[in-house]
Amino acid sequence: MGRKKLMLGNEAIAQGLLENGCAIATSYPGTPASEILASLARIKEMNSLPVHSQWAVNEKVAFEIAYAGCMAGLRTAVSMKQVGLNVASDPLMSAAYMGAKGGFIVISADDPGPHSSQTEQDSRLMAMMAKIPVLDPDSPAQAKEMISIAYELSETFEIPVMLRPTTRVCHSRQDVQTKSFGSFERKADFKKDPARWAATPKFRFKLHTELEKKLEKIAAFKKTTPVKLNKKAVSRKAVIVSGVAAAHSREIMNALGLWDKIPVFQVIQPYPLHRNFISSVCKGYDEILVIEETMPVIEMQIADSTRVRGKLNGFVSSVGEILPEAIEQMLCDFAGLKADKITVQSQPGRRPTLCAGCPHRASFFAIKKAAPKGIYTSDIGCYTLGLNLGAVDTVLCMGAAISQAEGFYHAFKNEGKRPDIVATIGDSTFFHAGIPALIDTVVQNVHFTLVILDNRTTAMTGNQPTPASGFGASGETLESVDIQALVKGCGVKFCKTGDPYKSKEFIRLVKEAVLYARDKGPAVVIARHPCLIGRKSKEEKAKKIFVEITDACEGCEYCIRHFECPAIIFDNDKKRADIDPLLCSGCGVCVHVCPKKAIVMK
Amino acid sequence: MGKSINQQIVISGVGGQGVLFITRLLAEAAIMNGCQVFTSETHGMAQRGGTVLSHIKVGDFSSPLIRPFQADGLIALKPENIQQHSSFLKKKAWIFVNSGKKPDTGFDAHAIDADALSLKAGNPKAVNLVLLGFALKREKARQGKNKGLFCTFEDIKRVLAVQLKGNKKMLDASVRALETGYRVSAK
Repeated sequence: MGRKKLMLGNEAIAQGLLENGCAIATSYPGTPASEILASLARIKEMNSLPVHSQWAVNEKVAFEIAYAGCMAGLRTAVSMKQVGLNVASDPLMSAAYMGAKGGFIVISADDPGPHSSQTEQDSRLMAMMAKIPVLDPDSPAQAKEMISIAYELSETFEIPVMLRPTTRVCHSRQDVQTKSFGSFERKADFKKDPARWAATPKFRFKLHTELEKKLEKIAAFKKTTPVKLNKKAVSRKAVIVSGVAAAHSREIMNALGLWDKIPVFQVIQPYPLHRNFISSVCKGYDEILVIEETMPVIEMQIADSTRVRGKLNGFVSSVGEILPEAIEQMLCDFAGLKADKITVQSQPGRRPTLCAGCPHRASFFAIKKAAPKGIYTSDIGCYTLGLNLGAVDTVLCMGAAISQAEGFYHAFKNEGKRPDIVATIGDSTFFHAGIPALIDTVVQNVHFTLVILDNRTTAMTGNQPTPASGFGASGETLESVDIQALVKGCGVKFCKTGDPYKSKEFIRLVKEAVLYARDKGPAVVIARHPCLIGRKSKEEKAKKIFVEITDACEGCEYCIRHFECPAIIFDNDKKRADIDPLLCSGCGVCVHVCPKKAIVMK
Repeated sequence: MGKSINQQIVISGVGGQGVLFITRLLAEAAIMNGCQVFTSETHGMAQRGGTVLSHIKVGDFSSPLIRPFQADGLIALKPENIQQHSSFLKKKAWIFVNSGKKPDTGFDAHAIDADALSLKAGNPKAVNLVLLGFALKREKARQGKNKGLFCTFEDIKRVLAVQLKGNKKMLDASVRALETGYRVSAK
């Protein structure tokens, strides 16, 4: 220990948690946060640390487990992506009032861009709404340092503390100094206090009043005071930065020769913004540029529209990631420098697609065969990419495939011709938020088909286990929950399991389900075939089927349009389809796809 | 610490080609040489067959991202990546690309058919290492000018030995792939 190590931001956060004695860490996977818990589980296993780390069924459950741990006096943490915090917002709002005993850190990773998310929402604003302090790191190294400050804040003021990294912190690597692991000797000790831990509305008012007092002190907490980065610079202008915008700005101010000229303040704790800082910058400077992602959290607290330039007056963009080239432009404008307008022609890259041999592709093909004019509601995961195949019409948020199917059913109920409705949801997403919706469809007898795409893993975020996997974050053996039994337990009367690789049989099964749903009520098909990525056992690696394209190919491109397998390529010279042997996984499903039967087994 | 190396490199390809792996090797080599390093990577949905882009900055930097016209070089695992990402490059930047023919770019570009070479070597997944080996070959030509990578073939071999410790089969195959690219003559 005590050496420099190349660390992903998320790994650095995990290392920081363990260096500071975090005894319980929970999470639900989601980009860009997934590697926090995965790294923590790996590091604790390698070093035999007495830490409980787990993937929970969803973010709300993860939050509540870690929160109870801090009520028992332990240091704990929960991590998730920003939209996961929406799911955990119910306990977050309440926990802010009741406060913490042991240190409690809520890590919510934002995704300005967005690179891999539904929204660009700013978790710092959620911290403001909940009234808890939030820290905004600019790099992996600073994220790790902030863990120690967050625990100190949390325990000093008995309050949950948020750490808000963004994609560029989570998914950067940097040389980071490690230290020895913290002490794990603290004993769990729950002191009963119903007026606090089970407070009724009357006591909630009291807790809210106390919370306001805490925030006042936190807005003067020394260790999180904004820092003037360039001590020598003197001007009537100032730049205020936080998060990764601070990292970009330091480098660019130097490159532009502005470092010794315009003072730069880095905000460590965007909420609550230090009161003295607000009054001193308003007194000390005529013009203030605020650069932060993604919403004007700092800017709104300074609240002086005569001095401040930022998102509220259109000086800084309110949408998208603030790329360094945009910061360069802003700083030049602000400092009155002439800058060549940097125009980058961004070339579209390849669009994401399901992997060659992905079982989801086979499922979508079957669904389109079984209900060609259906409404296809879908959900969050790799299978969102079924939209490339025309087999996904809606994607809202975790679990919504099922409730939206119900909504469409009610909307079309009184129409003469009702469309077939087919919902798709992954196994992990079904556990996360699909079950309550499925129960509702049973109660309302909704005529729809649900295909649970059961690939035995949480694929999109890096193959974390699901409640059906039977193992945990460190690979330890756990109980497993049977999806079919769960579906039947919800009251669904039609529930059958099939293998989408067995194309003919599977299409027949989905057709049967669609017919049942038309006449009777909810029908569920479990499409079970393991994800190709991360398969370990030999049994899982089915025998490869090698395929080729015969002269019967007329170059109609049906396979390209309706199956879109990366391994089927179109040879523009020969005007026909071809197989890329480097990409083909040998699933053999495409043999059933070609209307001319031109794709055959070798 | 730090020495005088300051280099910014863009690496790009398609999900599954191993862009992140070679980014990691280069970053570890930087640390081994006592340099500060930043990388920035693509994860999540984009990794599913989409374009994967990573930035690596060796030396005295605080931002993980490379600005337009600042990169010293580009390692492209698909020829199409040159068009997509050349806006990051300085005027005199180098490019190493996995391609059957030398591209017409206006930059100092070098091509190697890493797909064919790795297939021939019986290791079709090692396209990334073949191309990295090829890029390292040019390092010898660097004499105060911007001609190649900041680290050497031997550096990367040492990093591989640490990274793949305990998996001799994988290590041997990886070193072979690196050597395949290193020994080939440029087109």
